[in-house]
Amino acid sequence: MTTAERTAPLDAPDAPDALAVPAARAPGCPFDPAPGVARAVHEEPVTRATLWDGSACWLVTRHQDVRQVLGDQRFSADAHLPGFPFLTAGGREILSGGTTFIRQDDPEHARLRRMLTADFMVKKVEAMRPEVQRLADELIDRMTDGRTSADLVTDFALPLPSLVICLLLGVPYEDHGYFQERSRILLSLRSTAEEVRTAQLELVAYLTRLAESKRERPDDGIVSRLVARGELSFAEIATMGRLLLVAGHETTANMTALSTLALLRNPDQLARLRAEPSLVKGAVEELLRYLTIVHNGVPRVATEDVEVGGRTIRAGEGVLCTINTANRDEDVFPGGEALDVTRDARRHVAFGFGVHQCLGQPLARVELQIAVETLIRRLPGLRLDIPFEDVAFRSDMAIYGVHSLPVAW
Amino acid sequence: MRIHADQEKCCGAGSCVLAAPDVFDQREEDGIVVVLDAEPPAALHDAVREAAAICPAAAISVSD
Repeated sequence: MTTAERTAPLDAPDAPDALAVPAARAPGCPFDPAPGVARAVHEEPVTRATLWDGSACWLVTRHQDVRQVLGDQRFSADAHLPGFPFLTAGGREILSGGTTFIRQDDPEHARLRRMLTADFMVKKVEAMRPEVQRLADELIDRMTDGRTSADLVTDFALPLPSLVICLLLGVPYEDHGYFQERSRILLSLRSTAEEVRTAQLELVAYLTRLAESKRERPDDGIVSRLVARGELSFAEIATMGRLLLVAGHETTANMTALSTLALLRNPDQLARLRAEPSLVKGAVEELLRYLTIVHNGVPRVATEDVEVGGRTIRAGEGVLCTINTANRDEDVFPGGEALDVTRDARRHVAFGFGVHQCLGQPLARVELQIAVETLIRRLPGLRLDIPFEDVAFRSDMAIYGVHSLPVAW
Repeated sequence: MRIHADQEKCCGAGSCVLAAPDVFDQREEDGIVVVLDAEPPAALHDAVREAAAICPAAAISVSD
């Protein structure tokens, strides 16, 4: 590995260039965006930043500007275009597993995405509530059986969305160790290009075999239905399956664990939710806004010169939309640095914005609402089992959260 | 109020259904937006404006 392939020094406190990205959060403020990036919202909302390999890109930090860029198809999501900003050397290797629609533009993006939209539509996902609730209750039963403490990540927050996405895709949950480990490598900002390439190939090979097996033994999972549709090759189905599997794993898992921690750190908000469980739906939107686990910026590259926030972004220049600062933008969310479970947070952009906005968001919402409500109801004495200062946050991962969350009840 | 939803632009994220379930739905086969009531009563106008504001694909427009 050459020096250039190493990832940025993620833990470096107070780096001299505050706008080297990914930027480090301030010590003691694990829920808040990195200070340099947060300052840019007021001082220079569309500003230059330096990436790990020394290349430059634009940071777009305000709510209105983030929505403008992500909603404007003159900003391409195609990672093959020159100027596309990668956060790490490994990030570029994501392309080695085949191109997914999140890194394509319309009309190809829309064609592929529309093969899946029916599976994640609100009505379909709402109908899964009883099943998700049953899984959540079983996990809590098992976690609390003869015990008074556990790691909330491994015993509840991760298995819940894993079980659900496996069920939806038709992937055997018994294999979860295999794809969770590879998923972790793909999402680690510290993984080398080689590690990412290997994990990609292994996952795609696994899913190709699975797709082939569905030809003989079809079920009603998404992989099987894509096979039956006959429009995609096994390799294309595997690539799409990998995207859904990885995206379905760590996002909701980390939102669940981090939300729990944020509520434990804000006991007044937790008490409010306990007293009034009907607030849970709104509280989940507020937690999505406040925590914004896609924390390093959503990448795009301009295909034409476009003016954003008074600056001209030239064709071929890369852009990172920092949606965590957009979700703290005081113009849209007054007092946005505080967690307020009664806030109307629906205009948050935690799922992104534009035609690439998260396909799985109705599912994520149902899972999070059930996870938060179940934890509050079943574990009235829930508390953190280690000092808050000892919690290991995921600054080194593409999806923010906690590596583990020891809790007791 | 009159609502227009562009099914070509729609990306099936479902935000409108969550914001205004009495006014918007999704097609069974592909999750694309369907308008249930193109001229909704005044009591639903705020919810419809919210749906238009949060639509990620800017597929919903409203005229008065």
